[in-house]
Amino acid sequence: MSALRLRLRETRPSTVLAVIALVVVSAIVLLPIAIIVLTAFKPAAEVNAYPPSLLPDQWTLDNLKEVTSELPFARLVGNSFLFAGGVTAFALVFDSLAAYALARIDFAGRKVLLVAIIATLMIPFQATLIPLYQLVADFGWVNTYAGLIAPRAADAFGIFFLRQFFLSLPRDIDAAARIDGASEFRVFRSVVLPNAVPALLTLGLFTFVNNWNDLLWPLVFTTDADMGTITSGLTLLTGPSGIVPHGVMMAGSLIAILPLVIAFLLIQRRFIENIATTGLK
Amino acid sequence: MSTENPTARRYRPPAPLGGRRRATGSPLGRNAKAWAFLAPALIILALFVVWPMISALRLSFMDASGFGREEFIGLENYVTVFTDPDVRDAVLNTLLYTVLFTPTAVIAALALALLLNSPRMPFRSFFRTALFVPFVVSFAVAAFAWSYLIDPQVGLLNYWLRGMGIQIGNVLEDPRLAMPAVALVAVWKLFGFYFVIFLAGLQDIPTSLYEAARMDGAGPWNRFRNVTLPLLSNTMAFVLIFAMIAALQAFDQIYVMTGGGPYGHTQTLVMEIYESGFRKLDLGFASALSYVLLIATLLLSLVQFLFFGRKEKDLSS
Repeated sequence: MSALRLRLRETRPSTVLAVIALVVVSAIVLLPIAIIVLTAFKPAAEVNAYPPSLLPDQWTLDNLKEVTSELPFARLVGNSFLFAGGVTAFALVFDSLAAYALARIDFAGRKVLLVAIIATLMIPFQATLIPLYQLVADFGWVNTYAGLIAPRAADAFGIFFLRQFFLSLPRDIDAAARIDGASEFRVFRSVVLPNAVPALLTLGLFTFVNNWNDLLWPLVFTTDADMGTITSGLTLLTGPSGIVPHGVMMAGSLIAILPLVIAFLLIQRRFIENIATTGLK
Repeated sequence: MSTENPTARRYRPPAPLGGRRRATGSPLGRNAKAWAFLAPALIILALFVVWPMISALRLSFMDASGFGREEFIGLENYVTVFTDPDVRDAVLNTLLYTVLFTPTAVIAALALALLLNSPRMPFRSFFRTALFVPFVVSFAVAAFAWSYLIDPQVGLLNYWLRGMGIQIGNVLEDPRLAMPAVALVAVWKLFGFYFVIFLAGLQDIPTSLYEAARMDGAGPWNRFRNVTLPLLSNTMAFVLIFAMIAALQAFDQIYVMTGGGPYGHTQTLVMEIYESGFRKLDLGFASALSYVLLIATLLLSLVQFLFFGRKEKDLSS
């Protein structure tokens, strides 16, 4: 009782103003999400009606049906899962192996190599896109999962990020395993990795989200509509060649964002905290 | 990219007797082991990052059409890069985009982080989640949603603004408004990420410093100016450089919303690279252009690296 009264008394006018400001900002920020969800279920007549409204009068599944007939949707979503999931899986394995060596093994050339890896971090992939495309084409990998995934199967940022995390783990944790005669790989796999789950989870989600959402990459490495991702597939619906009704576009967008938004809402607290505290800053 | 933390949140064990680092096996054995751990990642990076970078440099001195014909033409592509009015426009557009995007996103993120830093703020975790949601939405989808919202005929935002007496017209066809519009979409998509980084930076500032400042009679502005800002400078520098690099690479939402138009007013550097490389198949010229982007990014990253280099040394010692 007294605690409640104390809280109420502590709620100063400035706090009330701050909450009002935050409500307004959040509403603006969430408006595009709301428009995607609500328009996806709006009948075509309402979507193009003037004056426009936020909420549908009638709810319909027509847009979702139409967008799945315009594009091979199941295929594109599947491709997105394979591409983003494949990149994430490979990158986590290769990045953590490399990061372990850089953080925990004292070998000749360690510092030079670390600087070299950080230097590649500064190369934007957009700047190497043309020779990268030629290379992938030489391998015969255009329009294949290998072509989409292999060039991203390791990345400098992930290595650097995990190295920082591995450095922060106390060195003593692997002492017992070493006394038992465990190999370097065993120490890595059964001692260091289990302690790095938060960092791996954060990096994994980050990698997955970035690849799922990437547009330029699948646009360049796939020319066959069946090999694109949901993100690149949707852009086929717009532009000069295909003007598709807004309702259908929003239905497609809803499908594209749904897996990520659900995953994010389920683990959001952890995700945000991990980004904030595990060294992404 | 700091993991440095002034408060001793991370436990650091005392150095074991007889040497700081535990020696396992002979130095030779350690070297072999280390390279075995590193091999997969290094092969990928060498093949798909370093080699293409060297390749792009070679291509930038060639007249190459992408059908195997390559002819050495010296600096001609670079001469074109530095004289072509289209390139000059693309560079200016990219700079304009950077100037529109970076301060807006960073100030919005900082202001919201300051508001939500107090643990007594009601609905704190709800707001934090709501503000971060756009970060998981792709640029492409963000572009579709915003295009619909500002559609001149049926756009809800357009209609609401008209109700308030603000006529924005056909934004994406308007040479003055198209660039601010695509930059604002990027602000919407990315500010949540910077916001979270700022929040983390704010949490690292010891509250005792604020109490001390308050005892000295410092008001809210003074506390912000003399405590928060100086102690947040590392985070600020990181976010600023991160945001600028993101701005230099702007592509996705522009490709979807305007395709570089109207009349090239949103044609950025990466749009130009994509167009000259993959539409006009002028690979040599596109590669020379890529090097402009590469060098701009390198310069920015170098600033960042020098800034954080000191901390890096602390960590690896």
